[in-house]
Amino acid sequence: MSNTSSRPPMRVIEKRVTLSRRGFLKGGGMAALGVGALSTATLMMPADEALAANFKVLGAANGKTLLQLARDIFPHDRISDRYYLQALEPLEAQAAQDDKLKALLTEGVAALDRLAKLRFKKAYTELPKESDRLSLLYVIEHGAFFQKVKGHLVTGFYDNKAVWPLFGYEGSSWEKGGYINRGFDDIDWLDNDA
Amino acid sequence: MKAKFSLDDDGVVVIIGSGAGGGTLADELTQRGVNVVILEAGKHYTQADFENDEWAMFKKISWLDKRISAGGWHHTETYPNLPAWIVKGVGGSTMHFSGLALRFLPHDFKTRSTYGEVKGANVIDWPISYDELAPYYDIAERKMGVAGTKASGLPEMPPNNHYKVIAAGAKKVGYKDISRPVASNTRPNDGRPACQQIGFCMQGCKIGAKWSTLYSEIPRAIETGRAELRPQSMVLRIEHDKSGKVSGVLYADKDGRQHLQKARVVCVAGNSIESPRLLLNSASSLFPNGLANSSGQVGKNYMNHTTAAAVAIHKGPVYMYRGFDIAAVISDEAQLNPDRGFLGGYHLEGLALHLPFTAAFMKPGGWGREVTSALEQYDHMSCVWVCGEDMPQEENGITLHPTEKDQYGLPIPIVTKTDHTNDAAMRRHGLAAWRKVSEAVGATRVIDMPPYPASHNMGTNRMSANARDGVLNKWGQTHDIKNLFVSDGSQFTSSSAANPTLTIVALAVRQAEYIAGAMQRREI
Repeated sequence: MSNTSSRPPMRVIEKRVTLSRRGFLKGGGMAALGVGALSTATLMMPADEALAANFKVLGAANGKTLLQLARDIFPHDRISDRYYLQALEPLEAQAAQDDKLKALLTEGVAALDRLAKLRFKKAYTELPKESDRLSLLYVIEHGAFFQKVKGHLVTGFYDNKAVWPLFGYEGSSWEKGGYINRGFDDIDWLDNDA
Repeated sequence: MKAKFSLDDDGVVVIIGSGAGGGTLADELTQRGVNVVILEAGKHYTQADFENDEWAMFKKISWLDKRISAGGWHHTETYPNLPAWIVKGVGGSTMHFSGLALRFLPHDFKTRSTYGEVKGANVIDWPISYDELAPYYDIAERKMGVAGTKASGLPEMPPNNHYKVIAAGAKKVGYKDISRPVASNTRPNDGRPACQQIGFCMQGCKIGAKWSTLYSEIPRAIETGRAELRPQSMVLRIEHDKSGKVSGVLYADKDGRQHLQKARVVCVAGNSIESPRLLLNSASSLFPNGLANSSGQVGKNYMNHTTAAAVAIHKGPVYMYRGFDIAAVISDEAQLNPDRGFLGGYHLEGLALHLPFTAAFMKPGGWGREVTSALEQYDHMSCVWVCGEDMPQEENGITLHPTEKDQYGLPIPIVTKTDHTNDAAMRRHGLAAWRKVSEAVGATRVIDMPPYPASHNMGTNRMSANARDGVLNKWGQTHDIKNLFVSDGSQFTSSSAANPTLTIVALAVRQAEYIAGAMQRREI
């Protein structure tokens, strides 16, 4: 399928992060995003533990569960945990101001773990199989805790400018002169079919 | 030369609302030498306030005062306090307006004579015909700069990727009526620049290429020295004298202070929820059921179009967000064809959603890999909005909450909507048609979305030939009170399948001519 036109190829967005984790930390990415600065000790921990340590209000154990829950609600395998942390961070900040929300979240995590132990004799985050974890979420999906976390993530996760490039979405364009000279009409695969 | 009118000036026309109806009316009346005071509930945003950011703009400009969704529609669950997605600000919903400027079809003005009696619906003919409105459609297309129309003389909007993928599929399945009449400059026009394919047309056009009364009609009216704009002025009630003529308007300013602006004529243009709400809230001993409500039709027959939406995932990238948000519009199905199993018709309107709104509206309440596997293909998506005729039903409408009040102390509005059986059949047909169009160019997955909150609100103060059937005569003048007019989409007797803005503007131009003439003749 050769493209016979002389037009330049379509301007395609690579849906990748080009920054390594190390580079991200070194560049102060977290701090810039309003997440607390990482201590040297946290740098030694495995990635998810290090991230969970950022939950100062709800605590690292609750944080770890919420991170797993967020990933199970909107699973994007190519997207790293730190974006899920960024998504949850405003929720934690709200919980710091709102005791009812804090209770909803901590009690929700506790109830989820109780359910997990009842069924699988392990905490939710200790269940390696996604299908086991999902079987628990189908039980709680209509409850206030799940609804709150999920509702928050719709904007918390997808309205985060840092994840947009991973979906091939470019965000604000007016300051770049729109797309009039940046591929608004450069589709190149249609002629072969249409 | 900014005008300033005294509260006691009873020679002015007070216009309530500054959107497509109110803004146009202000422009057209001042050009004819009439003095107007524009009362706008919202703030005066400018283009400097506009961001290319869906949620930021939603939060900034939407009408978010509490409303309740009631009735049988899905909004009671999915959007319980957001029955409609409209704007509170100078320029009203023309800021959020997609730009799509379709005309009604001739039969839309004669639905009762065309359809006959429709079971469960309250269908009547308009008191005006397409031919009577046609010259005003020309004026409206010129004022708004609708691309690709004879009246405006502006070239067509150049096709973007999203347009091309939809148009190619449409042609493959045999559709012929594919167009894109959008009110956005395709070359510099009317003091505004040409479209730069920025996208975010519904978030307020950052460069003002897309028409909005905010920077077209309103400044033009003010420049005449005959218009005063008062933003953040929420109208609480319309007052009348002993004879039953309206005499002024009571409103609250941004600090909650109340003022009574006297008026010779009052024109209500607050959109189809606020306008009937205001008439109902203005009940008095002389008009116990609300102003202009001898028919009992104020607030009834609420229509918001039969809508549905869907995304299609294509085998190559589309980047639907690049360029003007409205893509190809397929109008073949807007024609009458009862063989399809429903009355009326619909347009298939390509409409780009950016990633944040796609995530929010694709499967409201959804989660898991069903959702995320689709969103990971966001760059390959095309998106449609099905816009179809909605039948007027008397029980669909705007009522006042018996106890709950808003920040102004006014009863909050309840918006009741239950689908007509015609709607379900049309929605099914529209989604199936979109699937065919998408699959014709090799789409691998098509996902039907539930309707998201519509911006089209119509019918709650409708026009009728007989005073017993509706609220307004053919000029948008209330049957009951000579110097009280309605100038927004609540005038509509039927909804048609066309987006309402162009028709609101055409009616406002025509109404302004009538009001100016009637004032000169001392009839009002």
